[in-house]
Amino acid sequence: MWTWFHRLGSPPYFYRLAGWLVPWLAVLCAGLMVAGLYGGLVLAPPDYQQGESYRIIFIHVPSAWMSLFVYMVMAVSGAIGFIWRMKLAEVIATSSAPIGASFTFLALITGSLWGKPMWGTYWVWDARLTSELLLLFLYLGVIALYGAIEDKRVAARAAAIVAMVGVVNIPIIHYSVEWWNTLHQPATITKLDEPSIDASMLIPLLIMALAFNVFYGVALLLRARCELLQRERNSSWVRELVGRQPI
Amino acid sequence: MSQLSTSRACAALLQRDLLLAFRRRAEIANPLLFYILVCALFAIGAGADVQLLREIGPGVVWVAALLATLLSLDAIFRSDFDDGTLEQLLLSAHPVWLLVLMKTLGHWLVSGLPLLIVAPLLAQFMQLPSGGLGVLLLTLLLGTPTLSLIGAIGVALTVGLRRGGIILSLLVLPLYVPVLIFATDAVHTALGGIPVTAQLLFLSAMLTFAAALAPIATAAALRVSLS
Repeated sequence: MWTWFHRLGSPPYFYRLAGWLVPWLAVLCAGLMVAGLYGGLVLAPPDYQQGESYRIIFIHVPSAWMSLFVYMVMAVSGAIGFIWRMKLAEVIATSSAPIGASFTFLALITGSLWGKPMWGTYWVWDARLTSELLLLFLYLGVIALYGAIEDKRVAARAAAIVAMVGVVNIPIIHYSVEWWNTLHQPATITKLDEPSIDASMLIPLLIMALAFNVFYGVALLLRARCELLQRERNSSWVRELVGRQPI
Repeated sequence: MSQLSTSRACAALLQRDLLLAFRRRAEIANPLLFYILVCALFAIGAGADVQLLREIGPGVVWVAALLATLLSLDAIFRSDFDDGTLEQLLLSAHPVWLLVLMKTLGHWLVSGLPLLIVAPLLAQFMQLPSGGLGVLLLTLLLGTPTLSLIGAIGVALTVGLRRGGIILSLLVLPLYVPVLIFATDAVHTALGGIPVTAQLLFLSAMLTFAAALAPIATAAALRVSLS
């Protein structure tokens, strides 16, 4: 088991494995997404209160889940890279940041589009929208710091510190925003999360969540392959790889 | 070379930082003037409407305090980074997080504490009723050290960069939000005549939490920046 783990940590092995995995995962992702969207947009009945406009949850909720999940992956792999100096963990962490920021952005956009018919305005300082916005800034901080430092190994370590500090702060930020929100927002806003959700809506939602997870996997592997090539451009395996193929 | 005890080393570091700050008084004054100016500009921008100023006053004073802190943060490590003192600190036999804590304390004494001293003036600018002033000062007393502690992490990460300022604000300001929320909420609540123990306890909790963990993160960040 450990030899496999060590092999996984070696860049050339990971590069080949990722290259082999990507097409399969991409097919799986496309299949799940088609199934989830068909189930969500066509098969699921309209909501008795929100009509058709609730259907945006099939995009909004999975991307909001992913925005937090990717941050966790980024912080954990950043910590692994920081403590044990594993190159691959650093690559996973830094490649996750832009993907996570995109999920956060998608969650914000879909949230505000959903807010228009529900709240009558695109933006409300709702607790969840606000903490999602701050999460986006945390992601952008990681990306900006990583981009600003020339030496990518140093940059990855610095970005890992930011990610770890962020993970400690996310719960604090979330609960403080919730506290602030309950005090300042009048109770006229209807809570959007249904206490119980019908299976005809829940199943497509879960399928979409799975599809987003697989999509993250595909995007992560593609980015990590790129990042590895760029970082290891002076190593023998990359030269061999590039030398053999006509560019 | 005689071995200095850790407590003496900390005292010496703090004394040195305070002396250096005192010799460069303009550097202390600039963020302070900025603090006053921002509040004055808000009051002018709001059309000097007393009712409106009263409502946004606590928020404005606190946002201006965040910005003034942000402006002064660079001073924690910048000059020490430029002249090589920072490397000597990292090489010293004493725990780095403790030295970092001392430097942060020094920074708060010269840039956080003065904000408290001019706050009564700003409360006048913002037409804050006198009942709110005590709570405003308390929140500043409990909140600004947290800002310095969190800010030190950001400075330690960006000190080696040519244009670290804008990244520093991106790194640090989102982390300042909880302090801002509890502090302004405390002042608003106090103006409504409701006890604010909960908010003050939250601010104290954040301060102790930051004091315990931020120096460790700052020390790690300094090691990365100087590697």
